[in-house]
Amino acid sequence: MSEQTAPPPPAARAPAPDDDTPLLARNPVVSWVWTNFFSTPLNIALTVISVWFIWSVGSAFLEWAVFNGVLFADSRAHCREIVEHGACWAVVSSRIDSFLYGLYPPAQHWRINITFLLLVAALVPVLWDTMPHRKRALLYSAFVFPVLAVWLLVGGLGLEPVSTKKFSGFMLTLVIGVTGITLSLPLGILLALARRSSLPVLRILSVVFIEFIRGVPLITLLFIASVLLSYFLPPGASFDLIIRVLIMVTLFASAYMAEVIRGGFQSIPAGQYEAAQALGLGYWRSLQKVILPQVLKVSIPGIVNSFIGLYKDTTLVIIIGLFDPLGIGRSLLSDAAWAGLSAEVYLFVALFYFCSCFAMSRYSLYVERKLERGQSHDR
Amino acid sequence: MRTLTLSLAIAAIALISTPPANAATLDDVQTRGVLRCIINTGLIGFAFTDENGDWQGFDVDFCRATAAAVLDNPDAVEFINATGKTRFTMLNSGEGEVLYRNTTITMSRDTDLKLTFLGVNYYDGQGFIVPRALGVSSAHELDGASVCIQTGTTTELNLADFFRSNGISYEPVPIETNEEARVSYLAGRCDAYTTDASGLAATRATFDDPGGHIILPEIISKEPLGPAVRQGDDQWADIVRWVLNALIEAEEYGITADNTALLASTSDNPSVLRILGEEGSYGEFIGLDNQWARRAIEAVGNYGEIFDRHLGPSTAIGLERGLNAQWTDGGLLYAPPVR
Repeated sequence: MSEQTAPPPPAARAPAPDDDTPLLARNPVVSWVWTNFFSTPLNIALTVISVWFIWSVGSAFLEWAVFNGVLFADSRAHCREIVEHGACWAVVSSRIDSFLYGLYPPAQHWRINITFLLLVAALVPVLWDTMPHRKRALLYSAFVFPVLAVWLLVGGLGLEPVSTKKFSGFMLTLVIGVTGITLSLPLGILLALARRSSLPVLRILSVVFIEFIRGVPLITLLFIASVLLSYFLPPGASFDLIIRVLIMVTLFASAYMAEVIRGGFQSIPAGQYEAAQALGLGYWRSLQKVILPQVLKVSIPGIVNSFIGLYKDTTLVIIIGLFDPLGIGRSLLSDAAWAGLSAEVYLFVALFYFCSCFAMSRYSLYVERKLERGQSHDR
Repeated sequence: MRTLTLSLAIAAIALISTPPANAATLDDVQTRGVLRCIINTGLIGFAFTDENGDWQGFDVDFCRATAAAVLDNPDAVEFINATGKTRFTMLNSGEGEVLYRNTTITMSRDTDLKLTFLGVNYYDGQGFIVPRALGVSSAHELDGASVCIQTGTTTELNLADFFRSNGISYEPVPIETNEEARVSYLAGRCDAYTTDASGLAATRATFDDPGGHIILPEIISKEPLGPAVRQGDDQWADIVRWVLNALIEAEEYGITADNTALLASTSDNPSVLRILGEEGSYGEFIGLDNQWARRAIEAVGNYGEIFDRHLGPSTAIGLERGLNAQWTDGGLLYAPPVR
């Protein structure tokens, strides 16, 4: 079906246009459709069956979700009054604040908005590699933004303090996802280096850590974070649940990251190390100038794969009573006014995760292509 | 790393087996200025978020009443949401002071889990819902029926007991969550669905055609739901217990959120005056002032008002009082007197 693999359309092979070929067949669109969908009896059969299947499933869904969808209403009963059978998107639109900000105090929502804008600003120098003054901007992303974000979200120093127990909704997903992603990459690189190190202590510690974390499900680690850790601490001195979760998620992701990066290291031929040494570069210099750029380039698909996995895993915090978007959905489905609209809520949450993850995967494809181009240019 | 983990685990077990006898919960709460109340992550009528993102519900109101009594502010509550799996550990590890999470009182929870249960705020029991078209009017007529049931719960065991003791056969259809059960039941994957009666009513309220389904009269188990605190602080247990009792007694004597001031000055019923703190010094016995119960009632209303607001016939759930009526109305609510 794809254009690259399709044989040239018959129009191209056909004799000159002034013969008796029907006019219709000379149209490139018609001929493309003809070759790809109707060229053989098998193709015709497959096309008819596929169209019928897509139509029967898709039209029912479209009718339910779009044509009969209700965007604004006061309650489920109100939705049903407007349209008997149709999606009641009002459950999402009327509670969009809950999904975005969760249980964060409404008067303080502006702080989340500003933090989000600062996050976008911090991502620009990271993602845009030809940005002017990029080095200085990266200092902001790495050091200024995290401090500002914590101050804005948690409060204190002039801002009204907000308990981290109120962190929820998409905002919680972003907090856990961004923290886990940004911390797990450097930690993963260090772990991978330690695992390849010639110092036995470092190597053994790293192997034990990676194998232990990889051998335990994330849910178990989250239970340890939420339940077991509080027994170690003196009563009353509770150590913030969000921080415990952030630590566990970061450790979990960095163990996987370490293995991805290690795979990258193994793909680098020994000649590269020797060449770097021959140039008189020390361990760190050769890593920085020669080895790591190649390792990271090779590992991009694996790294992004881990990022996406981590991002989706954030929804597991629902098990320890934190409210990710799914948890928010569950709590508002318990409101008698909206109960029973789980399909709408789950579809909306799925759409959110899909958009985030699809954006990540597209960006990684863009980077891969760009690096590929750079290399062929060098030759 | 492993040795470290192991020694930490041993330390944890040592700590679990000797929970700290925390005797000053009241001081902790008053110093902090906030009561931490462990509630459900979402249960129709009992705990849910409103459009402002605030928690509402039957259990939630009891938390607010307790906060009003202890801290003179019904909003000084931090709600800690616990799943069925984490609720007891969260209470025992000190992440909250009181558990109001539609929790069934059982002997093992009271003794083995080292909790102290303080009374019943909702008498529930397991029942059945069937489509009216099935033509069944009693659970004894369910011979050969397929029944949707949540796995790993006491309801599963209760169901097996009930059918075995009555010598009738059934086919269980295992289901993970209430939402899944609702969908399966409506899709006709099972003839009947069984869970707590309050849950059945709440689920039925979400059907497109609630009138097409009936809840069978048989209740096959006892599920007394009530608040719990950690063992070891009797003063704190007394406070939570008597706030609950006062709210129930307030309904019995007709004290509502709106008439406390009127009754305090005009009533000549000594029971009313004791609850409102006009007679005796009952607040001092539990380390509070004498207006404790009055504040709780003014914050959320008496038991009947709380019930009507979240579960009663005027709500979408539409539960009758049933067992949860006052003893004077043929129910089981029989609060010990404040005196």
